[in-house]
Amino acid sequence: MIELNAQTIAFAVLSALVLGGALGVVTTRNLVHGALWLVLSLLGVAGYFVLLSAPFLAAVQVLVYIGAIAILIVFAVMLTRSMTSLGEVRNRQWWLSAITVILLFLLLAAGIILPVWGRGAPGEVTTLSATVGGAAELGAALVAGDGFVLPFEVASILLTAAMIGAIVVARDEEDEQA
Amino acid sequence: MIPLWMYLLVAALLFCIGIYGVLARRNAVAILMSVELMLNAVNINLVAFWRYLAPQDMSGQAFAAFVFVIAAAEAAVGLAILLFVYRTKRSVIVEDVNLLRW
Repeated sequence: MIELNAQTIAFAVLSALVLGGALGVVTTRNLVHGALWLVLSLLGVAGYFVLLSAPFLAAVQVLVYIGAIAILIVFAVMLTRSMTSLGEVRNRQWWLSAITVILLFLLLAAGIILPVWGRGAPGEVTTLSATVGGAAELGAALVAGDGFVLPFEVASILLTAAMIGAIVVARDEEDEQA
Repeated sequence: MIPLWMYLLVAALLFCIGIYGVLARRNAVAILMSVELMLNAVNINLVAFWRYLAPQDMSGQAFAAFVFVIAAAEAAVGLAILLFVYRTKRSVIVEDVNLLRW
């Protein structure tokens, strides 16, 4: 089955970080704590990327998600004072959501586990390839003519449009007229 | 070696926790955080499949990089809309924002 070595221990610890952080995000009352739980969960995902030999993505995860998005969320919590106006955390249909989500998870788990359950597991990968593409190959694929150059440019335009849109939407018009 | 299905199982659980947060939370900031969790679950799946099934082909990592871009755009626009809603309604509880409901 699964032998106990550094990799499996790291996987277990990271899984606890990811799932514990996620549970903290959806259950905590104080949204500043929620943002900190989110950082914990995102850090666990970055650890997964290291385990999956994608260190560049792990660095991007820390820079973009923890460094930018989580901080942006903390700003939003502060600016909207949503941690002081607490009230009820969940809406009235939360139990319905919980049942739906549990059913969905059971469905997904069946889809994941049944194909590799018992009888030699035909589709199961038993040895990992030693040669792995790194950051250099990723960069080359992103700008190669037969690779991802068009999606790359579209993503750039999307990001620019989103940033301009965010500034336009969030601008305080009353302040400008004064 | 950690089998592929363990990564997929953790990602599925993370995705489901995210969906629960989106459906059950009342605060719009908490809903945005749950969406980030769901995007991360997708990223785990993309990178895990890339590592186990096609490690020489960079498609998996490239897709994950695009998910980063989408997540950044979504967070920026979402939080801008949220600040605007807070200025006009003095609330970030999604049930209070029912202007478009008839």
